[in-house]
Amino acid sequence: MYNFTFHRPTTVRQAAGLLARNPEGKLLAGGHSLLPVMKQRLAQPSALVDLSQVEGMTGVELKGRSVVIGAMTRHADVAKSDVLKEVLPGLASVPGSIGDPQVRNRGTIGGSIANNDPNADYPAACLGLGATIITNKRRIAADDFFTGMFSTALEDGEIIVKVSFPIAKKAAYEKFKHPASGFALVGVFVSKRGPDIRVAVTGAGSNGVFRVKSFEEALAKRFSPKSIEGMTIPANGMNSDIHATPEYRAHLVGVLAKRALAKATA
Amino acid sequence: MSEKTALTLTINGKDHAISVEPRRTLADAIREDCGQTGTHIGCEHGVCGACTVIVDDAPVRSCLMFAVQAEGKKIRTVEGLADGDTLHPMQQAFMDNHGLQCGFCTPGFLMLAVGVLEREPDISDEDLIDVLSSNLCRCTGYQNIIKSVRAAAQEMRK
Repeated sequence: MYNFTFHRPTTVRQAAGLLARNPEGKLLAGGHSLLPVMKQRLAQPSALVDLSQVEGMTGVELKGRSVVIGAMTRHADVAKSDVLKEVLPGLASVPGSIGDPQVRNRGTIGGSIANNDPNADYPAACLGLGATIITNKRRIAADDFFTGMFSTALEDGEIIVKVSFPIAKKAAYEKFKHPASGFALVGVFVSKRGPDIRVAVTGAGSNGVFRVKSFEEALAKRFSPKSIEGMTIPANGMNSDIHATPEYRAHLVGVLAKRALAKATA
Repeated sequence: MSEKTALTLTINGKDHAISVEPRRTLADAIREDCGQTGTHIGCEHGVCGACTVIVDDAPVRSCLMFAVQAEGKKIRTVEGLADGDTLHPMQQAFMDNHGLQCGFCTPGFLMLAVGVLEREPDISDEDLIDVLSSNLCRCTGYQNIIKSVRAAAQEMRK
């Protein structure tokens, strides 16, 4: 790994200033995606701005009809939040399924969505609930945030501070876990909040997380697994690797969507 | 760029004043700079779990953390498990149940299992297997590791 300068700001403003002064710098959250790519020299930041000491970036809070999660909140802490389990159990089940205990003790929600790994779980939860990503500059709707594999709407110098999730009456996540890595081979998040129905899929698409419009339209009549019985999505555009073919991933989308719907409506 | 930073790592209650480059991982600092070689380094990219240590009561992979991030935190390694000549119940259980063969992965498994059981003493058998699937062992076939940790869990609950 090439060397870098290390910075530990205590406010978001300081962190933004450090990023501005170090155009080749990167933000460090949990580091569980960044450190491996730095070791492989796929990333060679000149500076790392560690967000772990920044005030006001951790915690799970109920705010009106939303749950707001600080970007630096570790997966393990989100998973054990009693507030979240009570108001939005569908979301509360997501972080506990990520990786393994060591990953959950370091990884953060902000890091996960900023990285937008095509197999990550949180992007599906954000898109599947219609979350709002709050940065130091603006508020970005999840529908506009995830712009493709490992790419987001974040601009240079922009820092995710919080993520706000609207409380959906019905919501659930189902994933087919890769047995070794714990990543989602395919993961489907479904939710219904009034007329807003969402089916978001991670792990399957070669362009990252996406919504399944055909399922959503079918579910508008009745939010039930029966509404999408027999429906499939095309294998075209699905990921292909040694773990699963595009056809298998497309098949899993339908299976997991039905399981998630059953869980959400139970 | 290669400027070193002076910092103090607190490992098993003892302070180690060291001077390292920011790129030094916690795993390397524990072994090379603090001389605590019980923590092993396997894959070096967050897969095998051999380097697992407990930082502020949470088991983490020390190869995916920089030493400079661990300043001010309480680090526990395998050297801190035994109380003098008395082994920790987890170590004793691994010995009694043949939970290791070559022993390379053992410090990581011990710290993972101790860290998780201290937080969740009543963890279910099913969840325990999920926890132990975090780390890799190429000798035992895992069954005796599971047996050891189950035995230690009972002992630790007493």
